[in-house]
This record gives sequence, structure tokens and C-alpha cells, in this order.
Amino acid sequence: MSTNGPLVETVHLKKYFPIRSGLLQREVARVHAVDDVTLQVYEGETVGLVGESGCGKSTLGRTIVRLLEPTDGDVCFEGRSIAKLGARALRPLRREMQMVFQDPYASLNPRKRVGSIIGDPMKIHGTASRTERRQRVQELLETVGLSPEHYNRFPHEFSGGQRQRIGVARALALRPKLVVADEPVSALDVSIQAQMINLLEELQDDFKLTYLFIAHDLGVVRHVSDRIAVMYLGKLVELSPAEELYTRPIMPYTEALLSAVPIPDPDLSEQRQRIVLEGDVPSPISPPPGCRFHPRCRYATDICSRVEPPLTDYGNGHLAACHHPLNVDKETLQRVQAAPETPRAADESALPADTSGESQPVPEQENP
Amino acid sequence: MAEKLLDVKDLSVHFATEDGLVRAVDGVSFELERGKVLGIVGESGSGKSVTAMTLLGLTRGVNAMFEGSVEYKGQNLLKMSEAELRRFRGNELAMIFQDPMTSLNPVYRVGAQISEAIRTHEDVNKQTAKNRAVQLLRQVGIPHPHERVDDYPHQFSGGMRQRAMIAMALANNPDVLIADEPTTALDVTIQAQIIELIDRLKDDFNSSVILITHDLGVVADIADDIAVMYAGRIVEYGTKRQVFYDPQHPYAWGLLGSIPRLDREKPKRLASIAGAPPSLINLPQGCKFRPRCPHAFAKCTEHPPLENRVGDSPPHLDRCWLTVERKRELRELTIHGEAAA
Repeated sequence: MSTNGPLVETVHLKKYFPIRSGLLQREVARVHAVDDVTLQVYEGETVGLVGESGCGKSTLGRTIVRLLEPTDGDVCFEGRSIAKLGARALRPLRREMQMVFQDPYASLNPRKRVGSIIGDPMKIHGTASRTERRQRVQELLETVGLSPEHYNRFPHEFSGGQRQRIGVARALALRPKLVVADEPVSALDVSIQAQMINLLEELQDDFKLTYLFIAHDLGVVRHVSDRIAVMYLGKLVELSPAEELYTRPIMPYTEALLSAVPIPDPDLSEQRQRIVLEGDVPSPISPPPGCRFHPRCRYATDICSRVEPPLTDYGNGHLAACHHPLNVDKETLQRVQAAPETPRAADESALPADTSGESQPVPEQENP
Repeated sequence: MAEKLLDVKDLSVHFATEDGLVRAVDGVSFELERGKVLGIVGESGSGKSVTAMTLLGLTRGVNAMFEGSVEYKGQNLLKMSEAELRRFRGNELAMIFQDPMTSLNPVYRVGAQISEAIRTHEDVNKQTAKNRAVQLLRQVGIPHPHERVDDYPHQFSGGMRQRAMIAMALANNPDVLIADEPTTALDVTIQAQIIELIDRLKDDFNSSVILITHDLGVVADIADDIAVMYAGRIVEYGTKRQVFYDPQHPYAWGLLGSIPRLDREKPKRLASIAGAPPSLINLPQGCKFRPRCPHAFAKCTEHPPLENRVGDSPPHLDRCWLTVERKRELRELTIHGEAAA
């Protein structure tokens, strides 16, 4: 294992789901859930993965931990390809990669006690004896802010926030390196969300965790992430250091996502110019040609519907795929080049040109 | 002075259960004028949904006990028979439920469900009702309403289903629209669309809105007045500006502080409210928020009344024993997290 390489990495990863129909159950179409995504997650960092429902962010997370089989491309964990590994070969890796699921009501077995929900992973992997297990589970319960007396309770005896804590304790039971948290707070009340986010941040320090944090709300993601990846219809459309994404979004989709986050301040909220995205995400069965965001984009021009924009490196680890990038000055535009993460289908010659004639809108700055 | 549509006085809703008496709503009062939006904000289990459902008589049952009054245009809805109430429900007062996935009937076409709502209250033929349904779907922003009217709910996305729910609620041009967490199940982008839609339709239909949510950020745009509920009681009540810019109750500070904000520097830690809401069967003595309140002191074991302690006009009510000066001192840290310290 190299020390500088990413902990986990996807290389041109694709996950399509076949749609079968008719007597012979022939494949008639495919859902392009994840379409050519290259992404690295380094040890100790948190990568936020953002996008609307149906953009493939959960599928990407599940494919990374190999709950789903990739259609094409590769997933590497600590430099080793795991995309083709069978169930048996994967088992030791399961210890290193765990998931926290979105719905705290559906992701805990209602007929099992908390003790076995959290303790079973240790039993299955044989990492602790019966007495050790009990002790470890009780420690874990305390770590996530529950009490050791909860050991013998059933999930229905807990509130949503408490259940999500149980889910986190279960994920930590095997001391994983990578935790994929799939919308861990979106089912919770705002007040409880804040508790969970603080807890996840504390645990990251204590357990030296690496997070892939999936969410649809850019407000939540900002608090946990070091870098943020924005997905749209199966494609990675922007990747940026966390703070930079908020001050300098390049992709218009990111700009729209940012403007949808409510600001709990009536005056600021009124002043701010809302970009309300029209309509829903198009069907991933037949995604629009060219830039997949063009039917909803307010800057879209002719080229957007014809040519898929390459992921372009704007410096400082900030990548975006757009023909009409926002917040980019002329000098940067002249030296941009396609990033190695660019999907294979994209036309790399179609780098954003100097569009000085057009207006380059800069999103309103909200002064605190 | 605008027309007063709803006047809720000392409403209490208690449920007898095997485990004891659940005090879901305990002495809640508020008013709603035509054209206004009232935001009711609180965590799960604070009684906000039960309050809303009681307005429509949806909490009636053998184990439910009601006190106080709910006056709609001068008539007490609590005292009405089920048959009388049915004339109002869906017609003059309508509700949008939280979960658009489960509140539409999956085996009926969307258009048929909207037409049914129309034909329940109005004597029109099927074709007219269907045309109205198409019109309504267009008003709530469903593309190609002529074709979509014959779709089943599963053919709609989450946001479209919520739009269809809104169309159904508006079918009879209600005076009061109650939206119970209308955006909680939706993405932020769709949430922004739906809130804007409700705001626009409220004016088009000349209705009032009660918007229930756990997220103060959602009501920042649209509400005129805000009631913050905790453990079945209103703990703070005021205009939007009063509650956002001069919040009086530590619970309201906690709610404000726990929203991750994009318009501010990122704090090291998000402010959060410790613990969980109390059981409604076994409520703490005195101020119900006392066990979770970082500023509780001896007097808090006495139950604080809802009073205008600020002395503002229009009245800005709260239930907290701290002096107004002390509150203004303490709350900065709670709302702005450690960054402000």
C-alpha cells in the first residue's frame, strides 16, 4: 500500500441497471445510474457527494463498497482492484468499508436487540469473543452518545436520531477505514441533524475515519467535507475543495443547488436572487445528449446540447464540466486543460473557449 | 383589518393510551387572517401535526379528548358533527400531507383523485371536473397536464406528486390551506420550488396558509407569523422578524443555531440542542424545555406563562423566565455557535 495513494478510488466507473421486458425478459433499455465517474478519496478526508434524487450518488456509494457490481470501470481500495472480486475474497474487505444508511427506520432489523445489531459484525468476522463483544458494544453505545443500558433494547424503543446513532455504532464495530454515509441526516429533524453532524466529526478524529458523505443538501455537506463532488444524472460535474465550492461555483448546476439552500434570515433570504431549477432531473434511461444539465440550465447554448463538456481542471484541485463556466477569469480560461477524470465519451477538444463577449455572471455575494 | 378566518383558543388534545395520558397539544392559541401565512415550527413530537389535524377533525376517536375551541369564521369546528364538518373539510379548509408517496392512492389515476375532490363538494359532471383537474395541474406547474391527468401516482416523481397533492388541496378553492411538512420528503431544489409555488398560489386563490415544518429556514421566506411549539405548547409566538431577529426562547435559539448556514463563516461545531424531546406522557415539571436548556435556573421548575415580555407591538409572546436583557446576552453563543465566541 502506498502512503500517498488514495484510500479508495473509482476509475471510469459505470453502473447501469438493465430494464427487462417481454416474455423473454430481454433487455430493452438501461438506467445509466453511474456513468463514467473517476473519483479519489484520500485517507483521513471527507468527500461530500451531492446531487438531487436520482443522480446516482447512492449507487456510486454502494458500488464503491461493492454492495453493487460495477458494469464497467474499476474500484480500487488501497491500490488494489476490488471491482471483480467474488463474495469470499471481498469478505475481509468488508471490515474496512462500512455504510451508514439513510433511513434509520428501515435499516435496523426490528426483531433484533441493539446488542446483536451492533455486535453481529464482530461475531461474523470473529474479531471479538462473546464477553469482549458485550463490552465493546457497550463502549460503542457510549461513544455514539447512547447509554450501555440500551444493550438489550429493540430498535422500536428509540427515536429516529437515536436509531441513526445505532446505525453509526454498527458501522464502527469493525473499526473500518472507510465509512460511506448515505444521507445519514436527511431523515432527521434539523435540531437532531446538527447533533449527528457533530458526532460524525468527533468520530472521524477518534477513529481516524475516511468518509464519503452523500447528501442532497449543500448546507449539511459543507460542515463535514474537505472536498465536494457534485453529481448530475450519473456524471461527476464538479469537484472542488469544500470552501471554494461555496464561494466560487463553476458549474451552473452547483450555483442552482447553492441557491436552493434556505437561509434562516428573512432579509437576506429576500435579497438573494433565487435560481429555481425548472422541472425535475430527466430520466437516466435516456439522458439528454451533450451536457446532461443543458435542458435545465439558464446559460445553455447550442454547443451544450451537442457536445459533452470535458471535466476541466481550473487549478487548485477544482474541476468542472461546463461549456460556460462561471466565476472563471480570462487567464485561467486560457490555460485550462481536460482533467484526467474526464469521462471517456467526452470530447476533450471542446474545452471552454474564451467567452469574453458573453456575460459571465457572478453569483450574488451574501455578506454576513 | 383583514378578515379573521381561524381563531384557535386554548386548544388541548389528549389521547388516552395504555401507557397513560398523552398530552399531545396543551393549551394552544393562535389566529389566522386572510392572506396570511402562519409557520408552526418544532421538532417531531412537539404536537404541531396533531394541532393541524385537529383543525380538520382528523384526530377524532374514542380515546381522544378535546378542550378549548377552534373557530372558523365564527363557528366552532370542535363541536360540529362529522357530517357538518365534512362540508368544510377539503372545501374551505384543506390539507397537504407530508409524504406525497403515501398520501395519493396508487390504484387511481391522479386526475380521478382530483376530480373526486371537486365532485365531493360541487355538483358538476365528470367532464367538467376533469377539465378543472387539468387546469389545476397546469396551475401547479405540471408539464403537459392533458396527458398527465391520466397518469397513475407512480408515474410522477416526488416533486410532481407533491404538486398533485397541492392541486387536490386547492381543488375547491379553500380559504385555509394547511401544509404539514410539505417539503420534508423532497430534495432542496424541489423544496425551493414547492415553497415558491405555495406562496404564489396563496395569492392566486386568496387563501391563508398554515405551514408546519421542523426547519426554520423553510419559513424564512414565506411566513408572516411564526409559532414555535415544544412538547404540545407554543413557547414563542411573534411576527417573522421578531422570531428571527429577536428570538426569546432558548428552544428557538437552538432551532436557529442548528441550521447549517451558507451565508456565514463555517463554525467549528454546529450549535445543537442536547437530548431529545420529552415523552408526552411524563412531562417534566415547570418549563417543559428545562431538562434540555443550558440556561435553566431555580425558577424554571415553575411553569412559565406565554407572555409578551419584550413589550413589542404586535405582541411577541414567549414562555421563558429569563429576563429579556439576559436572553439577548446569552443567545448569541447559542445561535452563532463557537465561531461567535
